[in-house]
Amino acid sequence: MKEKYIRRVDLIFEKVNCREIMEKIMGMEPDAICQEVLDSDLKGRGGAGFPTGMKWRFASKEKDPVKYIVCNADEGEPGTFKDRQILDEVPGKVFCGMAVAARAVGSKSGYLYLRGEYRFLIPKLKTALDEFHRIADEFNLNFRIQIRLGSGAYICGEESALFESIEGKRGEPRNKPPYPTSEGLFNRPTAINNVETLVHSVMIMKYGAARFKELGTKDSRGSKVFSISGDTPKPGIYELELGMSVYEFVEEFGDGDTKAVQVGGAAGFCVPRKRFEETIIGFEGVPTGGSMKLFNSTRSMYNVLHNYLDFFTEESCGQCTPCRVGCQQLLMGIEAVKRGEKNSRYLEELLKLAKTMKIASKCGLGQSVGNAFGSIVENFREEIIY
Amino acid sequence: METFIVNELVRELANKHGRTRESLLPILQDLVVQNRYLTSQDMVDVARELDISAADVFGTATFYSFLDTEVRGKYVIRICKTISCAMKGKNDILNTIEDTLKIRVGETTSDKKFTLLETNCIGWCHKAPAMLINDTPYIDLTTERVTEILRGYMKK
Repeated sequence: MKEKYIRRVDLIFEKVNCREIMEKIMGMEPDAICQEVLDSDLKGRGGAGFPTGMKWRFASKEKDPVKYIVCNADEGEPGTFKDRQILDEVPGKVFCGMAVAARAVGSKSGYLYLRGEYRFLIPKLKTALDEFHRIADEFNLNFRIQIRLGSGAYICGEESALFESIEGKRGEPRNKPPYPTSEGLFNRPTAINNVETLVHSVMIMKYGAARFKELGTKDSRGSKVFSISGDTPKPGIYELELGMSVYEFVEEFGDGDTKAVQVGGAAGFCVPRKRFEETIIGFEGVPTGGSMKLFNSTRSMYNVLHNYLDFFTEESCGQCTPCRVGCQQLLMGIEAVKRGEKNSRYLEELLKLAKTMKIASKCGLGQSVGNAFGSIVENFREEIIY
Repeated sequence: METFIVNELVRELANKHGRTRESLLPILQDLVVQNRYLTSQDMVDVARELDISAADVFGTATFYSFLDTEVRGKYVIRICKTISCAMKGKNDILNTIEDTLKIRVGETTSDKKFTLLETNCIGWCHKAPAMLINDTPYIDLTTERVTEILRGYMKK
């Protein structure tokens, strides 16, 4: 019998008494909270992987009396649906995580920005929020949260675009620096974290940094909630220890005929079968916000790439030229190669364009289009051409 | 002095959400919940309530794909076209809806009851194909199931 490598974890969906956490954080110095999270090596679970404790400490050092905590629940990356499940099952824990951040940073006001596609969660979230506010009052934590909705724009998951959207404007990303921890929402110091990251911070408060670090690898500590879809007999949401290889992942979740795994959604990387063993799922290998899509040999990788490029062409906010025009040109480019109007060498030109987009685009959207494009074109060249 | 006919709904929403720029999206979103789309007059009225330019309101509204500025039906169907749903038979579902409602993607039925649109990933990839009707998700769709769902809405 084959050994099972995948270690399942159950921390994110574990029921937690918010009062217990509140008692703990109110008894701690704000800097001690930052230090505990820093010691845990927790990195942001939205995909970018910035150390959470460092983000909080930067924001806590700012002198501004007004600071904000923002929970990024604009889960729009294709193939990601774990935040929806977290908000649906343990909404109180998400607000509790925002309280941990508020106490660490010294903030009185928070926003949860929920994508419009998840509006159906609002009644449940409001009930949990009322309960949370009552608990905060019991512990004399002066912190209030408001819920804001998106309206179908993927780009609003980018932190500065999300701020613009809360401020009532078009969701166009800002130039960085300044970073959110110094000038974020309403140009005030802001700690913005993904839903899952905030819930992890609650578990770190509960069990301590040392326990969190027992899981995972040196570069990728802890567990992660994965959203698994595509050609798999068991699609769904799984909390797994970080640090497994794609091979181990496919052994567990593949259908026996997996030819590629897209790690990290449309903005992520495509890992072909020949690289399954050497590729680690984590910050040392392929990072992911949780999206794992499996493709078997019946799938055309041209169709996959076309779908992603069509997605980016629609979702590019359009303010910077490399991204706006680049997405369109990549899409038209592979169509022209497929039709035979351009020869296969044209793909080299398109790869150069994708590299230019990575360097010249203003935000993460344009900068990451080249990830999927490069990894699919380089590994499945014949499928793009013929 | 000019006199304006007050748009009661806009005024009510401005009272509820406030009259700062920050209130703009919540007001527009609630208008869409009520009417399914924004008329030019709505946007002008919102601009007046918030004392900002109508161009700013229009510019903001048109940025967001769920803030429709074209006529929409009472029930807006948004079918997910991103990869997982595409792989799991989204086109069959789409064809079934088109045949049942006798409209194509982007169109509204003549009785203004249904609008059919495609949208990007709505976060139900493990239960693909999926769609939204207004705010309600429908998942694990089959051609039989989607016909049944539409029949239910037709009776409403």
